[in-house]
Amino acid sequence: MAVEKFETALKKLEDVVKKLEGGELSLEESLKAFEEGVKFSAFCSKKLNEAERRVETLIKQRDGSFVTKPFEEEE
Amino acid sequence: MQLFKERRVLTVSALTALVRGLLEENFEQVWVEGEISNLACPQSGHCYFTLKDAGAQIRCVMFRGAFRSLKFTPRDGMRILTRGRITLFEPRGEYQLVADYLEPQGIGGLQMAFIQLKEKLAKEGLFSELHKREIPKLPRRIGVVTSPTGAAIRDILTVLNRRFTNVELLISPVRVQGEGAAREIAGAIDDLNRVGNIDVMIVGRGGGSLEDLWAFNEEVVARAIHRSKIPVISAVGHETDFTIADFVADLRAATPSAAAELVVASKKELTAEVEALTHRLHVSQQRRLERSRALVTALSRAVTDPSRVLGHLAQRVDSLDARLVREAGLILDDASERIVTLTARLSRQTPALTLQRSSERLSNLSLRLDHAIARRLACAAESVGLATGTLNAVSPLATLSRGYSITRKLPARSVVTSSRQLAPGDRVELSFAAGSALCTVEQSHGESESLTAPPRSV
Repeated sequence: MAVEKFETALKKLEDVVKKLEGGELSLEESLKAFEEGVKFSAFCSKKLNEAERRVETLIKQRDGSFVTKPFEEEE
Repeated sequence: MQLFKERRVLTVSALTALVRGLLEENFEQVWVEGEISNLACPQSGHCYFTLKDAGAQIRCVMFRGAFRSLKFTPRDGMRILTRGRITLFEPRGEYQLVADYLEPQGIGGLQMAFIQLKEKLAKEGLFSELHKREIPKLPRRIGVVTSPTGAAIRDILTVLNRRFTNVELLISPVRVQGEGAAREIAGAIDDLNRVGNIDVMIVGRGGGSLEDLWAFNEEVVARAIHRSKIPVISAVGHETDFTIADFVADLRAATPSAAAELVVASKKELTAEVEALTHRLHVSQQRRLERSRALVTALSRAVTDPSRVLGHLAQRVDSLDARLVREAGLILDDASERIVTLTARLSRQTPALTLQRSSERLSNLSLRLDHAIARRLACAAESVGLATGTLNAVSPLATLSRGYSITRKLPARSVVTSSRQLAPGDRVELSFAAGSALCTVEQSHGESESLTAPPRSV
């Protein structure tokens, strides 16, 4: 399951839950859906717990390329 | 006007008082027209603004009583006509117009430009909901186009510190007011699109006057926002005023802080959402399993107690049986009725009857035949008798028997009716009623010498 985006996983989790709640699935299908749902749920939790924080300034070079440097607030 | 003939040193206050006197005496009532800007109406109820035209500006104040009596609400950018007196506010050394009357004069140039651009872009569909991109829930990298020294970036960072921190901010620094600011903002939006890997961007600045915010009402900025592949949240100034950028953006935030709140979703909220969904996942799965179990139980119960099923079936058989009997009876009744009617029709059609009718016709016809033949024969016999009589009457034999004879010239045996047909020496044959004689002509006489006798037709 190569999900990259949090909201994609969240959306899929929602869909799985709705499908399961709809009760249209066979037992076989619902077991599979449940397993997937658990995976999406784990993925979302993991994303939420990643803590990374950067604030940078974008600087455009003369040749049109970009570099970034840490942003410093001016007091 | 020369007020001071010799050098005289004045205090600031004294000079100011003098100037004030001059002003107030000479400008007791003036009418001025111009465009309002920097309108501010604090709690006191008095209202302060600047009146300006292309070349100059003057500070104005309208006190509470006069302001309350206005029929309309003055706004920045409005062209107005005002009446008032000139005074001088000594603590600041500023002269100002104390307005007691205002009336609108159409609209100011900036306002007009705003309305016109808004109409033009709306017609092109730049504000259409169809173009609005969705704002991601959990963006990793957020672009910010604003002044690196303004209030906007400070507010955004404050929110970030308070909320979920799993985020990178990339600031593209620009000037947000003054000449060329609009170009810089538009360029920065394009730059962020080129850098790539940015999930969403905030474009904005803190509050200010209509002039201060003007860059966000310019077409280049609107076009850049519309062009952007990255979803754009506009966050310009105060809550109340909309800019063109707000209309084009995918989402409009009232302030930069609000934009940050929108884009940096609270970790708590998202965590709660994921937890709620996970809970529902387990519950619904549980239910599903229970349903299956219940079904299995019900089925096994049905298996151990077939009599109920059988009872049902027996009942069905009985009822079908009854229906069958009823239906069969109906069908039989129907058939026998049909047989009766058909038999009756058949007996009416029996061949004996036909035979009888035919023989009757036959005897009838032979009788008629006999009659017809007899009648025809009698008729014929009568005709024959009649014809025989007539024949006898005209027969030459009858004439001969009365003494006449037929003369034929030989050898041709042509009947002679005139003496001129004959010459002496011709041989003739005389036929009588009985027999004939061969003679030779000795002499013949003309008609006048014929035997005088009444003519007879033969």
